[in-house]
Amino acid sequence: MKKSLSMLLVGSMLVTALAGCGGNTDTQGAGDGQDNTDAAATAFLIGGTAPLTGEAAIYGNAVKNGAELAAEEINAEGGDIQIKVIFEDDEHNTEKAVSAYNALKDEGIQLSLGAVTSKPGEAIAPLHEEDHIFALTPSASSPANIEGNDVVFQMCFSDPNQGMASAEYIADQQLGTKIGVIYKSDDVYSTGILEQFKAEAESKGLEIVTEQAFTTETQNDFSVQLNACKSAGADLLFLPIYYTPASLILTQANAMGYTPKFFGVDGMDGILTVENFDTTLAEGVMLLTPFNADATDEKTVNFVTKYKEKYGETPNQFAADAYDCIYAYKQALEEAECTPDMSASDLCDKMIETFPTITFEGLTGDGAGITWDSNGAVSKSPKGMIIENGAYVGM
Amino acid sequence: MKKFKKYAASKAGRDTLLSFGIVIAGYIYLQVMVATGNISSLLESLLVPICAYVIMAVSLNLTVGILGELSLGHAGFMSVGAFAGVVTTTCLAEAIPSAPLRLAVAILVGGICAAVAGVIVGVPVLRLKGDYLAIVTLAFGEIIKNIINVLYIGLDSTGLHFSLLEQRFELAEGGEMIINGPMGVSGVSRLSTLTTGFVLVLITLFLILNLINSRAGRAIMSVRDNKIAADSIGISTTRYKLMAFVISAAFAGMAGTLYGMNYTTITAAKFDFNTSILILVFVVLGGLGNIWGSIIAASLLTILPEVLREVGEYRMLIYAILLIVMMLFNNSPLKARLLEKRGMKQMSKLEKNGKEGA
Repeated sequence: MKKSLSMLLVGSMLVTALAGCGGNTDTQGAGDGQDNTDAAATAFLIGGTAPLTGEAAIYGNAVKNGAELAAEEINAEGGDIQIKVIFEDDEHNTEKAVSAYNALKDEGIQLSLGAVTSKPGEAIAPLHEEDHIFALTPSASSPANIEGNDVVFQMCFSDPNQGMASAEYIADQQLGTKIGVIYKSDDVYSTGILEQFKAEAESKGLEIVTEQAFTTETQNDFSVQLNACKSAGADLLFLPIYYTPASLILTQANAMGYTPKFFGVDGMDGILTVENFDTTLAEGVMLLTPFNADATDEKTVNFVTKYKEKYGETPNQFAADAYDCIYAYKQALEEAECTPDMSASDLCDKMIETFPTITFEGLTGDGAGITWDSNGAVSKSPKGMIIENGAYVGM
Repeated sequence: MKKFKKYAASKAGRDTLLSFGIVIAGYIYLQVMVATGNISSLLESLLVPICAYVIMAVSLNLTVGILGELSLGHAGFMSVGAFAGVVTTTCLAEAIPSAPLRLAVAILVGGICAAVAGVIVGVPVLRLKGDYLAIVTLAFGEIIKNIINVLYIGLDSTGLHFSLLEQRFELAEGGEMIINGPMGVSGVSRLSTLTTGFVLVLITLFLILNLINSRAGRAIMSVRDNKIAADSIGISTTRYKLMAFVISAAFAGMAGTLYGMNYTTITAAKFDFNTSILILVFVVLGGLGNIWGSIIAASLLTILPEVLREVGEYRMLIYAILLIVMMLFNNSPLKARLLEKRGMKQMSKLEKNGKEGA
């Protein structure tokens, strides 16, 4: 009797939960256009997979927010191009990414934002090719995403590109002589950057004294890696990793009184927004990033203010790249004179033709405009920044 | 016909027919759906993983349900099979041009490799029992995962190259890395199809159900029910324990190959403790020792989170709640009463038939 009672209770809980969610999905769909009824009929449907839950959720949600904000702005302007953005959760998992992509396909997406993270992106890139759906990924930066297919383009700069630029920066500015590296060995992003960094460091005559690896399971404690770097005498730590583990490294290094210089890449952007992180520890941290939330140009100020208003936090480069993706799509769609009634395959042909020909001015990139080659790689150069008084300053 | 009726009425016969019936009916239904285009691409993309998970659940049921030992490292064997399969298909790409044949060879190799791993793990582990055994299998699953995490295998014109911890070999011109340490494999050509999955499920069912209903199967169950009694009548408990464990590992390896060849990229991190637990959940939900229950539970719990995409953000919460509800139902007096009722009905039917026969 007790058990059937508990079942009844659980059942009723379920019904209320379902009812609550029903309302929620509606608003989620409508989140990208005030005049949703109009938008649905005449809008381009753009979909992407993103880790909305799980360990990488912080990046996935930034991308989702950035893309939705851009779509909202475009729709509010009321031009010919109206855009509806939908996201499916891939949990930063290749199996789920395939399901998420297929769920998007069932929804009838015409253009794709690919995946947010590299490994899921690699899993779904061949599917885009098979179905002939064009993808412009905001942040899946490993070369395997664009190699071997014609339909996936990148908005972020590629991993090898960053590794090379980092080594050049360190060598040219003589930032350190003995370099220690802490990297995430089960992450294509991290290993991809490191590989090219090592090659370039060698040719520039930089000495890498130690390479310390960690994995997803071991990213809660870095004392071993930091001690190894310290005893190897590293005076500069190169951190080709995302900002959440990086914040822990900074905290632990401070606790053990180890004060090398820190050099990060674009994944480091966002470190000032980590909750419960003492941002004074990030003073003097150098990083390469395509986006600076403190920049004073009109576009960035507009984006940052609106983003803060809507989501209550400072946007990072993931959000900025996603925002740029939507605007780049808008420009390409206008240029190719596409209409929302075109099929995904026709749009794909048009986009493959158009993207290598356009020059896009966005939040990311250094003012010279962003261009793509026919393989889908973006050309924009990473900018070196240093954190001073809680803000980025150009190096 | 009479013989068949009698077979269908026995418990073993009913379970066997039900298992095959579910799988074959499911396959025919899905094939019709695919042929007429009535299936969403989401569901279509889930079919091969479902087949793999069904095999995983059925094979784990052999260890947990039939042998009665809790194994928490089943995903480890799956990863051995997956990576062995990928290496095999890449090496044989030129020697065997036919994709289904190549996949079949890969599945076989995956199964054998996993069986070898099963022996290596099983010999020390099966000396233990109960909770101790469970914890040690958990550790072995992690060890397998971590070994694959630091394994580098490359292929070039001179043959295969191996190294551990870091890539210590240079590949000749035109060579390619197959397993690249923690980054796993990428750029695999996807060979698995629903039909291969279906055939593999049938083979698994046929072999495992036959094993369960054979002399060896009864010996395995006797080890589960009372080890001392089994020992006393001269059954070699170690031998039968190892046998069940290794066969279970071999099928997990085959499922791993099927699973691995369905994606262009896989990493060892996928086959972690969570995956092992997920498969254990399939088995427990389906009922220990109940093969057709495992089939249904594995299919249901693989589809459920994807179907729940409709409800958006609360997806995993609802998934968890549904899981609790299902587990409660499985254990509830309500279900016991339902089963009792059905049993009574069948009894009276049998009685009637018996009278008519006489």
